Amino acid sequence: MSDEILDGITQIDCDVLVIGGGTAGPMAALKAKKKNPKANVVLLDKANVKRSGAISMGMDGLNNSVIPGYATPEQYTKEITIANDGICDQAAVYRYAEECYPIIQELDSFGIRFQKDNNGEYDVKKVHHIGTYVLPMPNGDTVKKALYRQLRKARINIINRYMATRLLTTDARVAGAICVNTRSAEFLVVRAKSVIMSMGAAGRLGLPSSGYLYGTYENASNSGEGYAMSYHAGAALANLECYQINPLIKDYNGPACAYVAGPLGGYTANAGGERFIECDYWSGQMMQEFHDELQSGNGPVYLKLNHLAEETVSEIERVLHIVERPTRGHFHAGRGTDYRKDMIEMHISEIGFCSGHSASGVYVDENARTTIPGLYAAGDMANVPHNYMLGAFTNGAIAGEDALDFSADVDFAEIDNDAVEAERVRVLAATKRDDGIPPNQIEYKTRRFVNDYLQPPKVTAKMQLAQQRFAEIRDDMENQMYVRDSHELMRSLEASSILDCADMAVSASLYRTESRWGLYHNRVEFERDDENWFCHTLLTKGEDGKPTSRKEPVKPYIVEIADDEKDAYNKQRVKATATATAE
Amino acid sequence: MPLAHAASTVPVVVNDDLCIADKGCTVCVEVCPLDVLRITDMLDGRKTAHMKYDECWYCMPCEADCPTGAVTVNIPYLLK
Repeated sequence: MSDEILDGITQIDCDVLVIGGGTAGPMAALKAKKKNPKANVVLLDKANVKRSGAISMGMDGLNNSVIPGYATPEQYTKEITIANDGICDQAAVYRYAEECYPIIQELDSFGIRFQKDNNGEYDVKKVHHIGTYVLPMPNGDTVKKALYRQLRKARINIINRYMATRLLTTDARVAGAICVNTRSAEFLVVRAKSVIMSMGAAGRLGLPSSGYLYGTYENASNSGEGYAMSYHAGAALANLECYQINPLIKDYNGPACAYVAGPLGGYTANAGGERFIECDYWSGQMMQEFHDELQSGNGPVYLKLNHLAEETVSEIERVLHIVERPTRGHFHAGRGTDYRKDMIEMHISEIGFCSGHSASGVYVDENARTTIPGLYAAGDMANVPHNYMLGAFTNGAIAGEDALDFSADVDFAEIDNDAVEAERVRVLAATKRDDGIPPNQIEYKTRRFVNDYLQPPKVTAKMQLAQQRFAEIRDDMENQMYVRDSHELMRSLEASSILDCADMAVSASLYRTESRWGLYHNRVEFERDDENWFCHTLLTKGEDGKPTSRKEPVKPYIVEIADDEKDAYNKQRVKATATATAE
Repeated sequence: MPLAHAASTVPVVVNDDLCIADKGCTVCVEVCPLDVLRITDMLDGRKTAHMKYDECWYCMPCEADCPTGAVTVNIPYLLK
């Protein structure tokens, strides 16, 4: 494998094309195939489906399971609506809540084990403000292997190491996708009756404070292609200003507290070892309190476990160091930190887009349909708020079944050969130069300005400066970027997606002239303004090729929220903290 | 504008005595989400896996899936 750039183009046809083989994608492919075993279902990934995506090494639990006896769809829908500051089309959340339990049982039948109590019942824990939804997966390191077995058994057509770069549309309907091999630069045109995008978060948007490009919270291969491709195809993207920002271990990109340590007695503390937030569930309001404490004289912020019994710490350590981010043990060993003795310094992550934790995603309805007929989105990139891994599985399943039905009723749309040729020229432009700027420098500069100007608290003049800088980088990227092999070609295409996402982030943030979602969209010059901004913002590609936004009403609630419940997530700060530290 | 080479110490280390790339094994190369590993010829003519690109998420499939335990994932120096 020399990573040489070869010339070549092939075309294949399929009924359902699934792009992204992480979490939602495999489930979408399985459900489509199950509904019609004769259908040709292609699952495409720029990495290898065996180990791709956010759950590459596994997952430590279901953060949002709605299990009969512990929670109801009504209660969950209410909780997520409140956690997301009211901006929520409840139909998709409610449908998820109704359909996730059979998905848990199906995952169980795949051999993915969940924690059960002595009676054999699911051992669900309370972490959220109101309800009980967290189901630990002490053996969550098996999840990818179990999924892969199912994909092979169902004879899904898996294509690895092809990166989709643009969607093809004809007469306002999806027609397929253009892809490029990440090791040979050969092109593949996939003609498809329907396309499901499950390409993860835009996780390589902000720069981690370490400066290491790949030290991101999200799997660093999730560089926002799903967002960029949807945008260029003309789909609407919702509430992109509601960034993802997470509390992490300082310098290490592993999550800390809420779902693993919280139910066992761990909590987020300030330098005095005092709890300062009521509820460690990740919300924008919680992140605002976290940010305020970091900036205050009580900072920094710590994960506190050193008050717990040895067997409890050992169990937390086992889960944190084996499942999801197993190099975490190496990290603590290197620093000489021990949960038993030390509080562990925490920090806030770089910004990104991710509906899995916040609400920034491609706009979809309760059937996972985007605004383009035949085009679906599921998982972290689709805007069902706070949907986590189980949301990816469940909404992936919904997308798979609906896309199969769509494909059954239509013929292939014509492929626009001019669009294919134009995309080949765009993709290969940087390979035709003799020297220039390498993709890693284009990417670094974009992401450094994302940190300088886009990281909340958001300031109008700073964001306008960001727009100028991004336009200059875009000019450099289009006219001077230099690529020497097919691996660098992949990185150059990622740099392009990252810059598109940066442009969208700033444009969406400038449009919503209020503050909402705590830290995620804290615009310091504006208060929350329900009268004018109790709505979604939808971003699309404008006539001038630049992002444009419009307001979209929040659909009438299915589950009513009482006035005295609406602010449940705004009362996060522990009242005693201020006095305790002043003493 | 010629390009310079910037040296960096890489997080993924392969023990070439244990690596069985010579027998055709490419497991670590195949599973890496960032596609940063490659097989290379050593001076003695044998083959080994190595980290070609310093673009690591230190996620560990390469280490976990290696059939001979030849791969170790360290924390990249910048964040260690």
